[in-house]
Amino acid sequence: MAGGPQGSGVDSAANIFGRACCYGGLHVYGKREYHSNIKGLHSYFHIRTSSTEVGADVDRVDLLCTFDAESVVRHIWEVTPNGGIICDADALKTPIFDIPTWPGPFIDEFKKTLDEKGIRPETIGDLLSEVRKNNVRTYAIPYMDLLKEVATEIREEKLSKLTRIINVLALGASFGLVDYDKTYVEKAIKTIFGDKPKIISMNILALSKAYEYVQQKFSFFGFKLETVPTDEKRIFLQGTQAVALGKLVGGCRLQTYYPITPAADESEYLEENEVLELEQSTVKSAGGSILVMQAEDEIAAINMASGAALTGARTATATSGPGFSLMVEGLGWAGNNEVPVVVTYYQRGAPSTGLPTRHGQSDLRFALHASHGEFPRIILCSGDIEECFYDAARAFNYAERYQTPVIHLIDKALANSNRSYRMFDPSLVKIERGQLLMEADVKGKEYRRFEFTESSISPRLPLGTPSVVFWNTGDEHDELGHISEEPMMRTRMYEKRMRKLETADKEIPVQERVNFFGDTDATSTIVSWGSPKGAVLEAIERLRQEGYKMNFLQVRMLHPLPKDYIAEMLAKAKKKIAVEGNYSAQLAGIIKEATGIEMDYFVLKWNGRPMSADEVHEALKLIMQNKAPRRQMLTHGT
Amino acid sequence: MALKLIDYRTPVFVDWCPGCGDFGILSAMQMALVDLQLPPSKVVIFSGIGCHAKLPHFVNAYGVHTLHGRTLPFAVGAKLANPDLEVIAVTGDGDGLGIGAGHFVNTGRRNIDMTVLIHDNGVYGLTKGQASPTLRLGLRTKSLPKPNINEGINPVAIALAAGYTFIARSYAYDVRHLKEMIKKGIEHHGLAVVIIQQPCPTYNDINTKEWYGGEDRIDPATGKPTPRLYKLEETGYDGIVHNPEEAFQKYIGALTKAHEWGDKIPIGVFYQNELVPTYQERISKRIPTYLQNPPAKQVISDSSGKPITSIEKMLEELKVTG
Repeated sequence: MAGGPQGSGVDSAANIFGRACCYGGLHVYGKREYHSNIKGLHSYFHIRTSSTEVGADVDRVDLLCTFDAESVVRHIWEVTPNGGIICDADALKTPIFDIPTWPGPFIDEFKKTLDEKGIRPETIGDLLSEVRKNNVRTYAIPYMDLLKEVATEIREEKLSKLTRIINVLALGASFGLVDYDKTYVEKAIKTIFGDKPKIISMNILALSKAYEYVQQKFSFFGFKLETVPTDEKRIFLQGTQAVALGKLVGGCRLQTYYPITPAADESEYLEENEVLELEQSTVKSAGGSILVMQAEDEIAAINMASGAALTGARTATATSGPGFSLMVEGLGWAGNNEVPVVVTYYQRGAPSTGLPTRHGQSDLRFALHASHGEFPRIILCSGDIEECFYDAARAFNYAERYQTPVIHLIDKALANSNRSYRMFDPSLVKIERGQLLMEADVKGKEYRRFEFTESSISPRLPLGTPSVVFWNTGDEHDELGHISEEPMMRTRMYEKRMRKLETADKEIPVQERVNFFGDTDATSTIVSWGSPKGAVLEAIERLRQEGYKMNFLQVRMLHPLPKDYIAEMLAKAKKKIAVEGNYSAQLAGIIKEATGIEMDYFVLKWNGRPMSADEVHEALKLIMQNKAPRRQMLTHGT
Repeated sequence: MALKLIDYRTPVFVDWCPGCGDFGILSAMQMALVDLQLPPSKVVIFSGIGCHAKLPHFVNAYGVHTLHGRTLPFAVGAKLANPDLEVIAVTGDGDGLGIGAGHFVNTGRRNIDMTVLIHDNGVYGLTKGQASPTLRLGLRTKSLPKPNINEGINPVAIALAAGYTFIARSYAYDVRHLKEMIKKGIEHHGLAVVIIQQPCPTYNDINTKEWYGGEDRIDPATGKPTPRLYKLEETGYDGIVHNPEEAFQKYIGALTKAHEWGDKIPIGVFYQNELVPTYQERISKRIPTYLQNPPAKQVISDSSGKPITSIEKMLEELKVTG
């Protein structure tokens, strides 16, 4: 784990650290936590690395690498016995309670812990002596002295210009301690700072200084990070990037957005890559591009997206809770006018501004019911970064086939975590545009945009198709799209829209809507959705090794809910366990509504942090041992 | 075969109040489309919510009747996805300058090549006559319980400040003048707005046809009314920016004219500047194939459904091993 004040390069350190591990053939899962702040408040990343795939975060820290005093105090109790703490030698004398950025609730909590432990440390140095009693090793690195050496070598007189590379000194110290092959770290630095040779050489120099300093000064730490050379093609990316890539392959050609955390990264990444490469194909094209439009607000964003979708372009918008709140009226318009628009919805701590940069998974019911009135919608939810990629592409197929809005739910834990994966396979993506007509199909014929058909789906035409016209309206309308308040028309048109959901429910195979893991004959079944997937999978694997058999139903299509399948699977279970990142167990409630089946246990979390494999494991184990209360609240994470 | 007025009509019953200024606006728009010989299937008319918003249903062209205040975002989205569309966004004074004011201002920043028409009658007609953002302070139109407590805003000045590159005003009952303004707006290379003064015979009993016509101001010499409206072009006023150096001077000139109200209300072109690059031109600098192959026209897969977008380079940048 590496921590420091925001603006001190925690992000780039995370990237360098993760990539350096990946280059050595290791798998990586990196969790990022940050305040809603630009400079000064505490942020950190926690990286797990292993020779096999890693899909979740854990509580323990083997090596805590700090840029400042606050990071030491914040995370000191998470460090395992025999683990290590790297800190700034100048911070040792810092009085613990003099750290200005500490919030009240944290100080109270910290004092309580000190009381429980019966200790009274005054400075960071005192605190470190306390944990040394637990065999935690501490390494004070003179960042300033090393910085001065770097400054002298590159002939930079202003030391303040170099404070930004303290993060790389800390990284160098970490990699030095675990004796990791430095060339991989250098490669990562070169990649991250791409076209800035001066910055690259300065960072590499800083890296070497710290790396060599710890190797000379300290004896072997006890853990060595070995490389595991591999030929497997792997990528390292965060959730927002996976979504963007999926959208591009899926044919998204216009995206609107209004800046909001944690959704904006996706749109910015798309804009950076707005000119597209095209495959050598039988299709001749004058060139591909995606137009990314920063709107004046989310109301404009959803409505611009609908306007664009009416022209036949695959269109999406991306936002998080507060933005989606503003989009609601527009969503209803799209539903009423059968517009295939995709909304990528990054959940975060809510309601209101909530926890803008923290995790939350409490918007399922909102996504399901947003808008006055009724209209069909399809709600997808990805459980990991790879699913984000394929689901982002697939969302457009559903939107166009059923001519209705699709909401793709993601959450902050997926948006901002980084993970290594085997190379994605774009050839698995298939494009299905549903009943999209062209000029030749309607030439010389009467065209009715909202024609009543057997499937309830009316063939769709892009705005501007020659020789015909159509109308849209937010009012109830007739087949042509003109306003109608006639009760018969209202009844039929309303039903026509709603029936599309039944068609979707019938047509979409269950394999696209749920993932099932674990022993089919196990009698304990976990039901979850979204990012808890990784923690649940790891927890049930640990439980399997401990002799407990469980299985896991991950719901990926939350609407229309594959209720028959869920009912069938749950009917076999003696212990039905909901694992969700919200207070009221929203999916469990929806399942009960749809199937009448009630969960037996609830493992819930709403502290703004993603679930760790450890806490999910503990909670599930208590259930398996029949020691658990019906409802368990998870609280881990800093 | 040349397109005629009848080609732009629909059989839908026009349900505005008798004497509504909207009839004049509808006629002027249909006449403008005839004059420009724009095929109905090339034109998309967007509207918001309110009396104005029914207009697209009466015109035989693509018609998108949207949400209250949201006309412009819908129109912008469609125009950017398919720049070949002739986009006309119709809005009202409440729809466009009240609930949709943020969009009105921000659309001005983009200079997208489309035309905005504002039906300005000072009241919210469809909800029975509440004060709109353009109704002046202290006025008490027919259904107001108390005189208007808010100041009225100045749409011409706002449009200028927001960056609209064609700003005109016209009058719903002067169909010929209005038609010309709409045509100029459509032909303008960039974002055009035409603000249309429009009596509401049902709810605005102050800014009436008679008021605009000056029937309360009989010239003693001729015995005829002295109209409040006068045409800018008849005074020698020229709001067109011919070279970049005069842009500011023209802007100030237009702003000055924008503040005339009451006894003398100018109609005509306040300001036009075609030297400002349009949004489409700005995008084309970044995406060279944009105009040729805009979002709406791009093929995204082959006939078997195989995507044709290659993300190989992006994956390569993310690649860590192999």
